[in-house]
Amino acid sequence: MIQENSLEEEKLILDDIASRLKAFGREREELIPILQMIQERHAYIAEDAIKMAAEYLGIAICEVYGVATFYNQFRFHPPGKNHIKVCLGTACHVRGGDIILENFERKLEIRDGETTPDREFSIERVACVGCCALAPVSVVNETVQGHMAPSKVEGLILGFKIEKEKAEREKKKSEPAQ
Amino acid sequence: MSPLNNETVQKAFGVIRDEAKRRRDAFREEPVPKIQIGMATCGIASGALETKNAFEEVLAERKIKAHIRTVGCIGHCYAEPVVIMDHPESGFPPIFYHNVTPGKAKMLAKSFLEDGDPLFEHVLGAMEENDLVPQVLDFPRFNQEKRVVLEKCGCVDPEDIYEYIADGGYETLAKTLQLAPNEIIEEVQESGLRGRGGAGFPTGRKWDLARNADGQHKTVICNADEGDPGAYMDRTLLESNPHQVLEGMAICAYAVGAQKAIVYVRAEYPLAVKIVTKAIGQARELGLLGEGVLGSSFDLEIDVFQGSGAFVCGEETALIQSIEGNRGMPRHRPPYPVQQGLGGQPTVINNVKTLASIPPIIEHGATWFRAIGTEESPGTAIFSVVGNVVHAGLVEIPMGVTLRTLIFDICGGVPNKKKFKAVQIGGPSGGCLPEEFLDTPIDFDSLIQAGAMMGSGGMVVMDEDTCMVDVSRYFLDFTQKESCGKCTFCRIGTHHLLNTLERITKGEGRDGDLDQLETLSEDIKNGSLCGLGKTAPNPVLTSLRYFRDEYEAHVKERRCPARMCRTLTAFYIDLDKCARGCDACVGSCPVEAIFTTKNRKKGVDQSLCVKCGECMVACPAEYDAVMKVSPPDLAPVVD
Repeated sequence: MIQENSLEEEKLILDDIASRLKAFGREREELIPILQMIQERHAYIAEDAIKMAAEYLGIAICEVYGVATFYNQFRFHPPGKNHIKVCLGTACHVRGGDIILENFERKLEIRDGETTPDREFSIERVACVGCCALAPVSVVNETVQGHMAPSKVEGLILGFKIEKEKAEREKKKSEPAQ
Repeated sequence: MSPLNNETVQKAFGVIRDEAKRRRDAFREEPVPKIQIGMATCGIASGALETKNAFEEVLAERKIKAHIRTVGCIGHCYAEPVVIMDHPESGFPPIFYHNVTPGKAKMLAKSFLEDGDPLFEHVLGAMEENDLVPQVLDFPRFNQEKRVVLEKCGCVDPEDIYEYIADGGYETLAKTLQLAPNEIIEEVQESGLRGRGGAGFPTGRKWDLARNADGQHKTVICNADEGDPGAYMDRTLLESNPHQVLEGMAICAYAVGAQKAIVYVRAEYPLAVKIVTKAIGQARELGLLGEGVLGSSFDLEIDVFQGSGAFVCGEETALIQSIEGNRGMPRHRPPYPVQQGLGGQPTVINNVKTLASIPPIIEHGATWFRAIGTEESPGTAIFSVVGNVVHAGLVEIPMGVTLRTLIFDICGGVPNKKKFKAVQIGGPSGGCLPEEFLDTPIDFDSLIQAGAMMGSGGMVVMDEDTCMVDVSRYFLDFTQKESCGKCTFCRIGTHHLLNTLERITKGEGRDGDLDQLETLSEDIKNGSLCGLGKTAPNPVLTSLRYFRDEYEAHVKERRCPARMCRTLTAFYIDLDKCARGCDACVGSCPVEAIFTTKNRKKGVDQSLCVKCGECMVACPAEYDAVMKVSPPDLAPVVD
């Protein structure tokens, strides 16, 4: 089950997009840069954002949707706080990239393209991140992790969980002091 | 062009060059040690950032005076992070260190910079001839390369335009502006340069067609939509030396009469986008781009367009569609983009490597270029040699070198004493070549004859543990997903090919499957419009041609000879070899499939096992008790 953003969050996002759209021209060529801007700002493209882009450029919603779904880069659900991209390029495949993907899926109990219910993690498979000499590779929050192994998968996830617990503990500690 | 214009250009460039040289000399003459760190994506992935921080820390802590300089990627990915330390006072030449972890960095700074001991055990080699340290150029990985395109990669700071200029950069652009456009085109035609994007179309001819095409708003596009999984030289080039590509684009634009140029970069390469955008800004500031380049009457604006992750957009008509804001679907050619491309105007689309080859060609002349490589394919080829190979990385070699030299002599062959099985060249459009073809010279035509193709230059070496059926399935999985869906044969045909291959790898192959794969492959080739569909069946066809016995083992015996297809293999623990007291395998198993019986026998619960192979890695080498067999029913049952 993927959790969607709350209405408030959604409204904030849409306001932001509306303010940024003004920087773009109204030609068709601006469509992909606009979609890229939306995704860069908010990590995904909400249904209403598509409507806004269509309205702004004066084209049909289905046109925008058609383009957005054609390209692999665009996401339509909010990703997790920690986004994991598992490279399945040729070199990574030969060195067992699918095993790494499977380990992430099993550990987090989601499939690729999904987000954990608590929105902490999401997994995505990518074709090649261009670090083939370090295969198998995963990209965790923009950090490229080379020479992955099933044990490294566990270590990474454990690391995030420990950090989160630590942050929560500290939050609790500081709260009574207030 | 008027002589006055020539003088203006020369004068304008002279000022910039003098400034660049002044800066370089000032840097060189400063009497402090220099530390040079490779910081392209692969370097950063290997931890170059941490290494740099470690150097900074230790320098500050011990109050050592030294300059840290970041450069691009030198192509030796197996050795990343790489550091070159130049400490003239010590009496040693500049030294190349490999795999420099933060700990090593601190150690090096202390012992080399403070005590003058270069720590020989971590040295890969010296950068110049000397009596103390063996030179890196003595190693085959260095001396058999011929660097034309990658020459300055890893030597200049990609974020500083002056470094490129001090190294002779943009000199050729200044020279170009003093020549007539047709002279440039003639030189390129004379050089015999062929497009490095894979198809090998003569670049000079493309430019000539574009120059003679009608249109007021011609465009030059640099195709950096490197989608081929397993190739990353375009990224390296853009990240390590973007100015050489920009210079090539400017020369091309001048020659064909374009005032606008676009660098089309893949979205998966954020660092490349950042560096190219910065480089364009710097070039514009110095008047090397923009209105009236170097005071001449030639205007050029270069923009960056980010692709959005569609493999098919590497095809030129699809690429144009995507810039225009549409779905990247190829259209019928002719008209070719050089006649009617972006916005209906003539458009030259060249690969990154092609454009980066231009400045050296114009600088040294066509005859010099022709002397490298073979008659039909002059120049060099860049390969990213990866997979099961010792010295993985980018290699630039003259065309005509054999595969054996490249894989075994230059890249050190297959690691872990495994046997070489095949080499996959050209990514999803290419093919797998077995050992018999190792003496094939590398050039456009020989590779096509052998059944592979140059493609974008991805080269994946496979050892005996790689299953050819699974590799074909992998490529089909990729092309099937990336098919844009326009042609029926490509859309549905690849789907059926994939289904059949999936069945075979799961041991559910049927009689007649192999023949069907062949006929369907041929149909897809004939029935598709663009390169994607026309070449998608290549991995299947070549592997069927050279490794048919492997396919047959899967279909008839339900056995995977390479023991890679997971449904057809099983792990078990050889009780004669097992130490029984150690629990390494039990601890390593992510799904707790390994159990211990009362008399300390170890068994694998096949219903739980996911075949990840962790136990095999975990089992200490002196026991080596974890076994992998195919078909799975060969695994003994422990109870």
